[in-house]
Amino acid sequence: MSVDIATVKHVARLARIAVDDADAERMTGELNAILGFVEQLNEVDVSGVEPMTSVIPMEMKKRQDAVTDGGKAADIVANAPATEENFFLVPKVVE
Amino acid sequence: MTEITKLTIAEARAKLKEKAFSALELTNAYLEAIDAANPELNAYVAVTHDKARAMAEASDRRLAAGEGGALEGIPLGVKDLFATEGVHTQAGSHVLDGFEPRYESTVTANLWADGAVMLGKLNMDEFAMGSSNETSYYGPVTNPWRARGDNKALVPGGSSGGSAAAVASRLCAGATATDTGGSIRQPAAFTGTVGIKPTYGRCSRWGTVAFASSLDQAGPIARDVRDAAILLRSMASSDPKDTTSVMQDVPDYEAALGQSVKGLKIGIPKEYRMDGMPEEIEKLWQQGIAWMKDAGAEIVDISLPHTKYALPAYYIVAPAEASSNLARYDGVRYGLRVPGKDIIDMYEKTRAAGFGREVKRRVMIGTYVLSAGYYDAYYVQAQKVRTLIKKDFEDVFADGVDAILTPATPSAAFGIADEDMASDPVKMYLNDIFTVTVNMAGLPGIAVPGGLDANGLPLGLQLIGRPFDEEMLFRTAHVIEQAAGRFEPVKWW
Repeated sequence: MSVDIATVKHVARLARIAVDDADAERMTGELNAILGFVEQLNEVDVSGVEPMTSVIPMEMKKRQDAVTDGGKAADIVANAPATEENFFLVPKVVE
Repeated sequence: MTEITKLTIAEARAKLKEKAFSALELTNAYLEAIDAANPELNAYVAVTHDKARAMAEASDRRLAAGEGGALEGIPLGVKDLFATEGVHTQAGSHVLDGFEPRYESTVTANLWADGAVMLGKLNMDEFAMGSSNETSYYGPVTNPWRARGDNKALVPGGSSGGSAAAVASRLCAGATATDTGGSIRQPAAFTGTVGIKPTYGRCSRWGTVAFASSLDQAGPIARDVRDAAILLRSMASSDPKDTTSVMQDVPDYEAALGQSVKGLKIGIPKEYRMDGMPEEIEKLWQQGIAWMKDAGAEIVDISLPHTKYALPAYYIVAPAEASSNLARYDGVRYGLRVPGKDIIDMYEKTRAAGFGREVKRRVMIGTYVLSAGYYDAYYVQAQKVRTLIKKDFEDVFADGVDAILTPATPSAAFGIADEDMASDPVKMYLNDIFTVTVNMAGLPGIAVPGGLDANGLPLGLQLIGRPFDEEMLFRTAHVIEQAAGRFEPVKWW
């Protein structure tokens, strides 16, 4: 499978990365090189094979359903580019 | 005082205990070395002079009181991927500009609890995506090794290029690193150092910037096998904050050194003999086999039939997980924000400006293979192939193989801005051909220097073990180290 420029622009939109026409053209070539490389996986007979879901078989750790952390709003927003009274500030999203 | 930076961790630990010098003297010697060398090598992206001295003074107080942990007063470098409280943590990326976390990663917290001293943060490929350290926003790291009679700057490998270069050039006694497809073992091989990627789940991932969560694993890069064993014992733990952290006691890895390998079965996988593999790599491999045989190990030919599919499967699984993990860099909670006409425009501009080319490429691939209509063809297929890769290893271990010996990399270190690598991303990816299978199967792997090539550049051997049998790797790698000797670059920086 290979991608064209329109697909690359669509994927860039999904990935929320702004691309101009020159970027999209360059990326099309790069992505097709990688997609061409991974194509060989289709040779592998995977009938009856389960996809891997856990690298090391182990039971998921569980803990008590209790609040163990919190009360540190100032720490949470400390690195944000724009804040006001412990809220993150973003451009207006509702009219 | 520069001589004391030549000591290994084990040697420095003994000298500190007998008060031959203080932890502050040792730390100051390293800080001096860093300040002098970093303009040339670019191994550090942040040097924490004051914090290092304060930590060293605290170590001296504990040592004076006859207390002190396993790494008391030992100065270490930390890969920029680990969250360090109040200290530069940017994963080599522009998108995390100015990020200073309010928390400490579990791995680094373990090291400080054992008395280690932080010298600063080490350069790396952006978000650990790269095999040459050239994708860092902070520029490439220069390998302290040069070919004989040649001043050309070489890459230290990646993504833990800063860690490997700093250890090899004695700008820290040891370093933390991470390995998603070979990012500890490949740079270790390129710099004549020892690097171990432990079993998935051995070191907590909590507070380590995520690249591909089912593959990422922290480990040390060190001057020798003993130092790697000492560091891993401190870094590893069972952490309730990471659901994939294994609840198993951490053994005393150092105790595995010096144990005989007599009668051990060492597997030699035929699929690792690649077409076009340089003769010197083959020679190194044969030398490694001979050393193991001389030490009394039994050499057995084995087959890992799905080896060639590991790298293509990796280039689906890793970008897929990365595209999801890197969705958090949106200009809202931390780091860079580029203003836009609305919130979507702000996201898109921030990510376009904040991510470098390689990161964008991988996020795009990941987004594509996870997108509607392609998920089964790419992602599910790759995860099925991954099951088969793991089964290859399980089969040979079930046949009684104790460890697998392979070359660590298909070549020695190459030049910075190598045109071949730059023009074709897949060529760069091939650097990880011998290491990536280990990540796909979640196994432990160690890279240990095996010798120098005809140009005087280091080459590494890799040993692969059963899950959670890091002790076997230290035991067998130590035998190689004893036979091969240790390798240090000639100082030019």
